[in-house]
Amino acid sequence: MNILYFLVGCSVLMALVFLGAFIWSLKNGQHDDVVTPGMRVLFDDDEVE
Amino acid sequence: MIEHHKILSASICYHCGEEITGIDRVIDDKHFCCAGCQGVYQILAANNMCAYYSYNDAPGKRLSHTSHFEYLDEPSVIKQLIDYQDEKSTIVTFYIPAIHCSSCIWLLEHLYKINPAIFSSRIDFLKKQVTISFKNQGLSLRNVVETLVEIGYEPAINLQDVVKENSNSVNKSLILKIAIAGFCMGNVMLFSFPEYFGLSGLERQFQSLFGWLNLAFSIPVTFYCGRDYFVSAWNSLKHKHVNLDTPLALIIAVLFLRTTYAVVFNIGPGFADTLTGLVFLLLMGKWVKQRTYHHISFDRDYRSYFPIAITTLQDGKEKPKAINELTIGDRLWIRNGELVPADSILMKGDAWLDMSFVTGETEPQQKVLGEIIYAGGKQMGEGIEIEVVKNPSQSYLTSLWNKAHYTDNFKHNFNDSVAKYFSIAVFIIAFAAMGYWFFNSNTTKAWAAFTAVIIVACPCVLALSTPFTLSAILSVFDRRGFYVKNTDAVEELAKCSAIVFDKTGTLTTTENAKIHFTGTLDQEEKKLVVSLLNHSSHPLSRQILKSLSFNGFYAISKYKEIPGKGIKGLVNNQMVYAGNQAILPFDIKPIQQSGVHIVINSAYKGTFVIEQQWREGLDKLISKLEDSFRLTVLSGDTNKDHEALKKLFLPNAVVKFKQSPHDKLEAILIQQKTGEKVMMLGDGLNDAGALKQSNFGIAITDNINNFTPGCDGILKGSSLNDLPNFHQLSKDGLKIIKISFAIAIAYNCIGLYFAVQGTLYPLVAAVLMPISTITIISFTTIATRFFARKNHLL
Repeated sequence: MNILYFLVGCSVLMALVFLGAFIWSLKNGQHDDVVTPGMRVLFDDDEVE
Repeated sequence: MIEHHKILSASICYHCGEEITGIDRVIDDKHFCCAGCQGVYQILAANNMCAYYSYNDAPGKRLSHTSHFEYLDEPSVIKQLIDYQDEKSTIVTFYIPAIHCSSCIWLLEHLYKINPAIFSSRIDFLKKQVTISFKNQGLSLRNVVETLVEIGYEPAINLQDVVKENSNSVNKSLILKIAIAGFCMGNVMLFSFPEYFGLSGLERQFQSLFGWLNLAFSIPVTFYCGRDYFVSAWNSLKHKHVNLDTPLALIIAVLFLRTTYAVVFNIGPGFADTLTGLVFLLLMGKWVKQRTYHHISFDRDYRSYFPIAITTLQDGKEKPKAINELTIGDRLWIRNGELVPADSILMKGDAWLDMSFVTGETEPQQKVLGEIIYAGGKQMGEGIEIEVVKNPSQSYLTSLWNKAHYTDNFKHNFNDSVAKYFSIAVFIIAFAAMGYWFFNSNTTKAWAAFTAVIIVACPCVLALSTPFTLSAILSVFDRRGFYVKNTDAVEELAKCSAIVFDKTGTLTTTENAKIHFTGTLDQEEKKLVVSLLNHSSHPLSRQILKSLSFNGFYAISKYKEIPGKGIKGLVNNQMVYAGNQAILPFDIKPIQQSGVHIVINSAYKGTFVIEQQWREGLDKLISKLEDSFRLTVLSGDTNKDHEALKKLFLPNAVVKFKQSPHDKLEAILIQQKTGEKVMMLGDGLNDAGALKQSNFGIAITDNINNFTPGCDGILKGSSLNDLPNFHQLSKDGLKIIKISFAIAIAYNCIGLYFAVQGTLYPLVAAVLMPISTITIISFTTIATRFFARKNHLL
């Protein structure tokens, strides 16, 4: 059962990675504007002239 | 491109969607109402950007006026505006009120097609902001702004830079704290689970590992996420006063110490799960409370109305200068439609000033040379030269904001007043329990009971029920067009006992103004007038044109439009004048001073009078309010509407006219001294002081995107009739909070039963807290909906 020590460590580490990812995205401003990107994606690509 | 003019057809402008009332301009089979709309279309067509029109029908907005942007070449002004600059490029953010649809986003994010020196432009739709980065070489800030103006998106550049005030860094750190607290809570729950179900012999070897891990997760929650509670508690204790954060901080500290003690001496699981859960829920409550409206600013003062720079005259040459660099003695050049930024003396020119910002009076006033012109006046007519006599920050108008007495407006909320008694009660019970066990010489139990009482009697529910109830009320309000600044303001609204109204723009509206003519015009004269008005793009001309609904025009020559005065022209060999007294060839004695006077061939024919309409359903609203409030009307205007107001209000209501902004402020102060809680409804800058001083200031507007003075709530004109219901719901909200407080106390009693016996097992605390929280949150939500429906707001 000693393997649990290792697994618990792994699970905490992985959770920390996800927390870090969230903090990074927050600091990076990815949550600042959650409306405009949804509208932007609906625009057509520029026509080739 | 073939361009030809066609005479009036009942069609709609391809660009702005307004009905075409004058000359119909046609290009590429598309109809336009004015040169402005047509110009924008031509620019877009030339740059292959007509996709703008394919996302929405008529996405444009009609250009109302033209501004001067010479000041954007001044380095001191540029420095204030830009976000970032290096040798190659500049980044700047503008607030553009005209942004309203997906076409706007498309167009503004394709600016590089119009000007390749623009690298990129990004829109934040809710905040109506565009961030533009451009090459320094070949493009100046002024060029960028002029490009935006050309395509119909003029940025609002004010002294109070809206863009920079809206920074949400406070909110960001709160979200970060919630994320960390939530993360820790989840993990602690996971490691506490075996404990909940009882440990088998095999699992027992992990007990201390899980304990230490839980302790590790509690550290950031206590010292980072819960930090604000300790700071706030410490500050309030320093001021010898107890707020709600004081018992909360105490509980967090006790929970943490007991957990540490339990883990270090290996005597049980500790309270890490309760601690992390508590902090997480508290922060959630805080977040709900902080919800704000990004597109509305409640803190505008005079600086939002003033431009950032003004034209000065130095040795006869025009030179732009930033407003905050103005000094006494500067000569200013004020063009048509520009604001006077500082109290000054008129030196040269014909001054017709629209003082509606300052006094609320709608008629422009004429000033003579040497007379003082107060800041906030808007010049209507040709340019004038003035000399500054007072700094902009010390002018008559801005002194409204500098008064010191706003600070005594300290607002006390229900939570903080209850917190004091709550804390005292908890301490009495805790010490009583401890004393009892000491008396029975059971020291361990004494300490256990003492800490357990503090943990169980958590005012967590109190801290949560208020924000959840009030924010549910806020969302009911904003669905009905009433935007309240924050949750604390809802409590203030509930306490109001008197209402003060402004008249113009608050009780009346210009939205569906009626136009009537004092004289009579025969068919021939009508045709003459219509032909003249057709050439003007002034909003008044268009309104009158619409009301006349006449087809057929004469050719016109010698047409002249004098800004701020009116228009004249030779129509069918007859001289026709339309405008205010200043344009007429002779003095007249009109029945009505204000309005558009018509003179044909030196004969006065009559005046088009624009009547302000009372808002619909006003009589019903007033009679409803009269039962529960003391009503007052303070009008900046003359007493011409006295009779009409008398009919609307009961005889005991106070109605005052010719009130200056300072008079209004004083009137509110006097009412407050008699112990009334005053609600003020106003619309303009002239009400700003009164709005700020009142306990609850409401700015009324017909268009939410217009500028409104600083206030506690913004109300759409069409929702004014719901005011009694809004007030009733806010009162019901306070009732809900009190009931939920009673529920919380019931739960606490169960917990206390175990706590005083010193037998509070962590599991009981961990289960009791979430259950009581869920009960309270669902109760407040359901109760709010119930009351909103009862008040016909849902």
